[in-house]
Amino acid sequence: MVNKMHIAVTVNGKDREADVEPRLLLVHFLRENLSLTGTHIGCDTSNCGACTVMLNGMTVKSCTVFAVQANGKKVTTVEGLANGAKLHPIQEGFWEKHGLQCGYCTPGMMMAAVALLQKNQNPTEEEIRRGISGNLCRCTGYVKIVEAIQYAAEKLKETQQQGMEVPAR
Amino acid sequence: MNELTHKQSQCILVSLRLEPVRGLHMIPASFEYSSPKTLSEAISLLETSGSDSKILAGGQSLIPVMKLRLGSPSRLIDINNIEGLNYIRESDGFLRIGALTRIVDLESSELLKKKYPIINDAASHIADPTVRNLGTAGGNVSHADPANDLPAAMLALSAEFVATSSGGSRVIKAKDFFVDAFTTALKHEEILTEIRIPQFTVGNGGAYLKLEKRVGDFAIAGVAAQISVTQGVTVAKAGIGLTAVGSSAIEAVEAEQYLIGQTLTAEAISTASKLAARASNPGTDLRGPGEYKREMIIVLTTRALKRAYLRATGGAA
Repeated sequence: MVNKMHIAVTVNGKDREADVEPRLLLVHFLRENLSLTGTHIGCDTSNCGACTVMLNGMTVKSCTVFAVQANGKKVTTVEGLANGAKLHPIQEGFWEKHGLQCGYCTPGMMMAAVALLQKNQNPTEEEIRRGISGNLCRCTGYVKIVEAIQYAAEKLKETQQQGMEVPAR
Repeated sequence: MNELTHKQSQCILVSLRLEPVRGLHMIPASFEYSSPKTLSEAISLLETSGSDSKILAGGQSLIPVMKLRLGSPSRLIDINNIEGLNYIRESDGFLRIGALTRIVDLESSELLKKKYPIINDAASHIADPTVRNLGTAGGNVSHADPANDLPAAMLALSAEFVATSSGGSRVIKAKDFFVDAFTTALKHEEILTEIRIPQFTVGNGGAYLKLEKRVGDFAIAGVAAQISVTQGVTVAKAGIGLTAVGSSAIEAVEAEQYLIGQTLTAEAISTASKLAARASNPGTDLRGPGEYKREMIIVLTTRALKRAYLRATGGAA
């Protein structure tokens, strides 16, 4: 008999509940139970970072966390970045600076970048490269990704100077 | 999992270093899950569940092991919701690190940067920033992967591990803790609760150096060196730990003993580095031939000792 556990997780600000097997990985819960397919599965061994989401404000690789561990916690996925039709500055940065080619790594990359910018508003290029070192991109060579994050850093500073709310949770 | 034979351990070792086998399930086998709120509850769960139950801390090694079906524990006891196991502080003559302290906290701790930078060095070399958010100090040492970075630093620091069970606590010295690949001196019914390190005063310095193929990878080889220097010249105490060059983290005892009473001349450093390499027993694998790794232990020990000396005598680095 399969033992299921009841979990309640706040995902992108919405309360979600489900009965899940303890072995269900967080990434599968997001993609399959909640149909939030923005979070990608890449290597499945905690190397590539395609599945990066925020768990209580901290980035984690959702392929290496069980959904039951998120019980009572807050999860933010790439779907939670934009505010309605208004893109998050990091999304705008990837758009403006062409920070992607195939786009597979992009959701995880953006989550890592948002976490980096929350900790460090003025990252140097080296700090950006270190900050995204848990996320692999096989297309861009990272140059455009770094530019996208620099763009977002500037944009976030402007937003704050204008006293506007920063959208990231 | 605790009763793995040496051969099984080696199998895990090899497998984790390789890419996942094509077609292999990446879903763990079913297990029971508990999330106790207190340490005593966790210990009693450990005592009453089968011998193949496991503690889930950061899960950054355990979950991949389960996904690759190299281990299928019947129960996971998640200790992440137990309060009071995440701290870094000095008290009663020891630097104390709670077992559930995240690697990211070791990496960013000002106390460690200032007084125990060897730990900071090692922490910042573990996997990548996202993995370090969840990975824990206690998990890194008790998983006892010979390629993990903290065990060598713990050997160099003469760390002690506090193991807690329903009968109370006992202290295990680092040199007795790392028994073999993925095997520690912890008993099944014990939980590692604290890592403690004799508190340092002036004249102490340490460094950890790791050679890796790419950022975030396991070490090709790594060396941790910690020395205490009297009057700015003579070595009074030395600790040297080696990563990924044997079936467990290795303490280079001969090199340590040789260094005591020495002035750190280029010659003394060279002799100590060769002795350290003699303590290693690296195998040939994807990360390079054993011979090469042994040579690298010489290079890394030399550099680590120089950096440790600079730090011990108030220099930068």
